Amino acid sequence: MSDFPFLIAMIAVPAVGAAVVAALPRGRDLLAKQVALGVSLVVLLLAVLTTLAFDVDGERFQLTTAVSWIPDFGSEFALGVDGIALVMLLLIGVLVPLVVAASWHEADAGSRPARVFFAWLLLLEAMMVGVFAATDVLLFYVFFEAMLVPMYFLIGSFGGPRRQYAAVKFFVYSLVGGLVMLASVIGLYVVSTSQLGEGTFAFDALRQLDIDPDVQKLLFLGFFIAFAIKAPLVPFHTWLPDSGAEAPIGGSVLLVGVLDKVGTFGFLRYCLPLFPDASRSFAPFVLVLAVVGILYAALLAMGQSDMKRLVSYTSISHFGFIALGIFAFTTEAATGAVLYMVNHGLATGLLFLVVGMLISRGGSRQIRDYGGVAAKAPLLAGAFLVAGLASLALPGTNSFVSEFLVLIGAFPERPVFTVLATIGIILAALYVLLMYQRTMHGPARGVLLQEDPAEPLPADPLPSGGGATATAARTAPHRTLRVLDLSRRELAVVAPLVVLIIALGVYPQPLIDLIEPAVVATLGDLGAPGGTDR
Amino acid sequence: MIEAPDLSWAALAPMLVVFGAACVGVLVEAFAPRESRHPVQVGLALVGTVGGLVATLLIAGEPDEVTAVGALAVDGPALFLQAMIAGFGALSVLLFAERALDPARSAFVVSAAVPAGSPRDRELTTVPRVQTEVYPLALFAIGGMMLFVSANDLLVMFVALEVLSLPLYLLSGMARRRRLLSQEAAVKYFLLGAFASAFFLYGLALVYGATGSVLLRDIREATTAGSGGVLLVLGLALLVVGLLFKASVAPFHSWTPDVYQGAPTPVTAFMAACTKVAAFGAILRLLYVAFGTAEWTWRPLVYAVAIASMVVGAVLGLTQTDLKRMLAYSSVAHAGFLLTGVIGLGADGGGSGLSATMFYLLTYGFTTLGAFAVLTLVRDGDGEASHLSQWAGLGARSPVTAAVMSLFLLALAGIPLTAGFTGKFAVFRAAIEQGAWPLVVVALLASAVAAFFYLRVIVLMYFSEPAADGPTVGVPGLPTTVVLAVTATATVALGILPGAVLDLARQAAIFVG
Repeated sequence: MSDFPFLIAMIAVPAVGAAVVAALPRGRDLLAKQVALGVSLVVLLLAVLTTLAFDVDGERFQLTTAVSWIPDFGSEFALGVDGIALVMLLLIGVLVPLVVAASWHEADAGSRPARVFFAWLLLLEAMMVGVFAATDVLLFYVFFEAMLVPMYFLIGSFGGPRRQYAAVKFFVYSLVGGLVMLASVIGLYVVSTSQLGEGTFAFDALRQLDIDPDVQKLLFLGFFIAFAIKAPLVPFHTWLPDSGAEAPIGGSVLLVGVLDKVGTFGFLRYCLPLFPDASRSFAPFVLVLAVVGILYAALLAMGQSDMKRLVSYTSISHFGFIALGIFAFTTEAATGAVLYMVNHGLATGLLFLVVGMLISRGGSRQIRDYGGVAAKAPLLAGAFLVAGLASLALPGTNSFVSEFLVLIGAFPERPVFTVLATIGIILAALYVLLMYQRTMHGPARGVLLQEDPAEPLPADPLPSGGGATATAARTAPHRTLRVLDLSRRELAVVAPLVVLIIALGVYPQPLIDLIEPAVVATLGDLGAPGGTDR
Repeated sequence: MIEAPDLSWAALAPMLVVFGAACVGVLVEAFAPRESRHPVQVGLALVGTVGGLVATLLIAGEPDEVTAVGALAVDGPALFLQAMIAGFGALSVLLFAERALDPARSAFVVSAAVPAGSPRDRELTTVPRVQTEVYPLALFAIGGMMLFVSANDLLVMFVALEVLSLPLYLLSGMARRRRLLSQEAAVKYFLLGAFASAFFLYGLALVYGATGSVLLRDIREATTAGSGGVLLVLGLALLVVGLLFKASVAPFHSWTPDVYQGAPTPVTAFMAACTKVAAFGAILRLLYVAFGTAEWTWRPLVYAVAIASMVVGAVLGLTQTDLKRMLAYSSVAHAGFLLTGVIGLGADGGGSGLSATMFYLLTYGFTTLGAFAVLTLVRDGDGEASHLSQWAGLGARSPVTAAVMSLFLLALAGIPLTAGFTGKFAVFRAAIEQGAWPLVVVALLASAVAAFFYLRVIVLMYFSEPAADGPTVGVPGLPTTVVLAVTATATVALGILPGAVLDLARQAAIFVG
């Protein structure tokens, strides 16, 4: 079974699906949605089969295929996965069908036909798979940049009121990062030409190079800046709150859940193995950025009034933890960081989805426009709570395992940074619980409040104060909160994520088994104590 | 008795086909009845350009040769560039021949000599008569360009420069609508072009004075020997200025926006694709063959103008509100990227600069031709709607047109999986291989800035509400449809599977001395 080209299929199926969906005639939006859902489920199936075909104790890169692509550039269409890439493919496989289901009605509201939305979504999926599965640096770069186009159109065509601004900002930031990386990619090629006699972009050949430390530093910076913009570390982060807030919910989930992980994935896959000396010398600098990011973004998150911006800022804080785990150079911390990448995708994905469901009911993104929702919509509130608790890494949820691994792994090497990062956990509890409390508990208020036609209007429509246990019915008898609880479709979107969050919180071992050998090999390239070269 | 020079007819076949068709075209203009002129001229022009393309492909495998007493070099680069010029020329002729878009059935003025705005002129704008002289003119320009890239002798190069320029000056003034703008473009182009030609001629004289020859081979021997000094440096500088003018490289670009805007759009497309190829072909030959091994080097000069061109093109492109002017500045910026490739010549004559620059010319030619072809479709009552604001909401009104335009814009911005990225990668690699990474960093920053104005058009088309009295999108006839199909296919194909063409460019990239 392992001869089947799973990775090519995982790129080709959604790409062809996108073309089919785009080519459907006008007015066949329902069919477009069904095709998109079907295709994304096939990709999930392929991802699971790929995982089954993957031998944990085998080679570092498995399921490899290589086809000559641009011989003049020394580039091949080479695919292959290690454990790290594999868990990201699983994450993509899980998230995309849920995003399709969650966007079922939202896509109709955009200014463009819904089938366009799903076509871009499937194309994005194909490119996301490509970016994680590429083992040729030029091919990686091509997917890395081409991935911008579908996301740009998703934000620009289906986003919120400031979508034009957000879409252009997203594109230009990423493009600048990508172009800086392009200089390094070409530089790497030139170094390989001089050392191997023939230029190549094959990852396995490139990590054998012995690059002069000064050159390493320049090349490292090119890659690092691109990745630091993608997985926003603090000075490069300002595009994310805009994009995360303005993108349609499905776009936000994939943007923060998967797309930005390309940055942290890039640190591990490219920065560390290819430029070990530079990585070591820049590590303190990166750790400072990571810790500043954890704290600063958490503080900013607390100050947000817009829920989607808030969730975006929490993600920046979490990306700080991931970067901390990667640049601590220990096996536990780096394994924790990779696990964090998956868990963050699930937890923040769920948080974005639930926030989106709330917003679709009230039509407002502001926290102050909601209150007392829990009493009327217990399922919605429950999903919100699970997502929030996972986001603040409560024990029993998946994020706890990864955050704990990162912290205990980083502590022996970098105690000061780790202690400072721990403050971020407290701040996380604050921003999550405050948002939850304000929107879900307390007196009923805000945009969801509607006049009860049976009763006359009171003189003072809004209740002043009121205890935490007061419900809408008790304090404002003449107005009722009209909230529909989760529909069956929404429940089907939320339930798998809740199950995964709890399951991986209780039993994360299968994922750790997949990730750890790849992390050991990566740190082996770095020459760090935790790793062995494979 | 004077002996006739030894000519290799087979090697000259591509140029002979094109020039022959042009001469027949002049006779057709004189003798064929008016009604049948248009189809005959279009057919003849297509036969000439496609015939030229086929002829280059037929002799592509033959050994390189220098013929006509050393005046012409028919080698790999010459044939590659000639094939490009003939091919792009054929596509441009198709754009010229489009009759479905303009209500008056042609983009060209019936009688260019009638004063703009006079009663006779107003009368003529609606007359469904068509101008057919443009086809022989275009053929002469194409022939001149093909001669230009294979000229191995500065005098022949100068003659070719004039042969290609004079028809272009005329063609620029022939727009059917906005006559004054068009005439202004023609005069401006002519005056500045004549000035640049004079520079070239003066440089030629100085180089002749320094080396005693106009043959590139002899000049190389003289420069390698180290003789020459001030006279030679000055001569080279003036020659390069003349060529950079044609290639619209900043700071010699000031004609470009006005001429691109004023000229009929099919002519603009023709100039943007073919003239660029021809001018860079000549620059490459002059610098690589005659001065490639010079001890003192032309690199600082090219370095400086490349940076100037990229910065000027990208920054001024940001401020434009007219699409044709914006694409003109984009052409200036791309000239800078091309020069980045020109830098990629190794000190030993190696390096991938030549093949990279030729490949870039190919990708840029297709993309820019396609972009201008889309421009001809979007019209309002007064001809083409080239103001940016008129394009708002085009994505909702005409999804296919907007999608095709987006493809070309993304390719111009250099996004991967389009031809633009492959071309950029090739030239940047060539430059970094020669250690010119500061230039590449500038080029990357300029790319980012330029991407912003390409994106702005996409934002307008897709993410803005349509204006109330927006333009109409014409249904293209067969010629424009063919052009759009070919250019869009090439843009995607060269982005996804460029391997074969890159190989071809690499094999062709050897100049014969």
